Amino acid sequence: MLVQFYNVSKVYPKGKALDDVSLKIDRGEFVFLMGPSGAGKSTIIKMMFREEEPTRGQIFIADRSLIRMKPSDVPRVRRGMGIVFQDFKLLERKTVYENVAFAMEVVGKPNRDIRARVPEVLKMVGLQGKENSFPDELSGGEQQRVGIARALANQPLLLIADEPTGNLDLDTSLEILDLLIDINRKGTTVIMATHDRELVKAARKRVILLEKGRVVADYAPGEYLVC
Amino acid sequence: MLRNIRYFCREALQSMGRNRLLSLATISTVAICILILGMAVLATLNASHFITRLESDLEIMSYLNKDLTQEQISQIKEELEAIPGVDTVRFVSREEALQYLQDSYGKDRYNLKETMGKNPLPDGYEIKALDPHDVPVIAQQVEQVPGIDRVNYGKEMVHNLFIATRWVRILSLAFIVLLSLGAVFLIATTIRLAIFSRRKEIYLMKLIGSTDWFVRWPFFIEGILLGTMGSLIAILLLAIGYETFIGSIQSVPFVPVLSNRALLLQVYAGLVVIGAVLGVLGTYISLNRFLDV
Repeated sequence: MLVQFYNVSKVYPKGKALDDVSLKIDRGEFVFLMGPSGAGKSTIIKMMFREEEPTRGQIFIADRSLIRMKPSDVPRVRRGMGIVFQDFKLLERKTVYENVAFAMEVVGKPNRDIRARVPEVLKMVGLQGKENSFPDELSGGEQQRVGIARALANQPLLLIADEPTGNLDLDTSLEILDLLIDINRKGTTVIMATHDRELVKAARKRVILLEKGRVVADYAPGEYLVC
Repeated sequence: MLRNIRYFCREALQSMGRNRLLSLATISTVAICILILGMAVLATLNASHFITRLESDLEIMSYLNKDLTQEQISQIKEELEAIPGVDTVRFVSREEALQYLQDSYGKDRYNLKETMGKNPLPDGYEIKALDPHDVPVIAQQVEQVPGIDRVNYGKEMVHNLFIATRWVRILSLAFIVLLSLGAVFLIATTIRLAIFSRRKEIYLMKLIGSTDWFVRWPFFIEGILLGTMGSLIAILLLAIGYETFIGSIQSVPFVPVLSNRALLLQVYAGLVVIGAVLGVLGTYISLNRFLDV
């Protein structure tokens, strides 16, 4: 198992964000975390890369407990993941190439590897020829492709996308979805949080449905279509 | 490792170039702090120098009985020199003492010899201690030597001087420490602004899997460079100012100013190091909050 949550709860001063959530995600899966805003999608996502810690419960990533982990071991776990954000989080003063190279520089990869890998991932997301553009010269869909390329740069086992299409129109969203499905087909586990029903129906993948901080349903690939 | 160092330095320089205004603000803050700190240090050193001069001027004056033979007078000198802690013993004849008195009253207005007819002053020995703090103890022993009539060392004055000097030293040290703390927080605040403008980058680095130290190093290098630049500016101003001060004050006699070049260079070098340390410390304090991702 790649991701395991056991009876995870999270209580903020404002109230309960997660209530006794248990879930398992295997290597190679494509899983939607689906639900209205405030259902707890973002909290689960943030717990996977340990930006948040649960109030109660256990979390394992690749069979290592995130709860008992020393802070100094967290970077190593994060290097096995790629994260895609709703607001892209690109560095405006860096070019497309530099934004992707950034992910490799900050984990200390040698220049030789960076020069070889960056064009490779840019080709994978369909951005060849845009290397020297700055983020504000790109469309929203293209910016998110840069975000995905950056997440893929360090060859993660797990790609986590938090509302990656939240700021995009339907056509562009479907393109981004196709790209993520394509990445999954090549072996990377993908977890995508979204509240977009149309997108989820179109994909025919596993869907974990959340409401008010609880898992209310877990649909196998294709099942969600009938709802 | 070498690759990383190159990356850290490049990042530090790029960041300084991009945030020119904030870099300038940090440099100015460091410069002002170091300038004030430097002035405080120089003032303290001068006070300390002045005090040392005062202390080394302390001496014990002992007056001899009037009816001693030449032999007895030399005997007393040997006994005085044998007292532990005594540095020098100098004979002051009654003629010399009168002359000194005459000089201090002014030559022209009075003629003491004429006024008094004969010299009323006794012969004496002027005794200097190796350590001025031993003066009271030595004075007591001098009093016990046969043939010594009276001893004078300005008992009250010495006591007060030692109390005063201790307080001057404690207070100026406390002032410098307080000033340094203030400087650290002022610099930390300025650097926080610079780091705040890059919080997204730091957040990304942490989520991608950078270690805290990998994030810190470029900021530390930046802190060292800005701190050093600021303190160099401060020291340039301080040195020019102090040299001008020495130049103008040396024409006034009896005001001892510290003009020991080697010591001043040490002070300036020390201040540059303090500037760099303040830069790093300010960065460290400001940065930790942003690393908590």
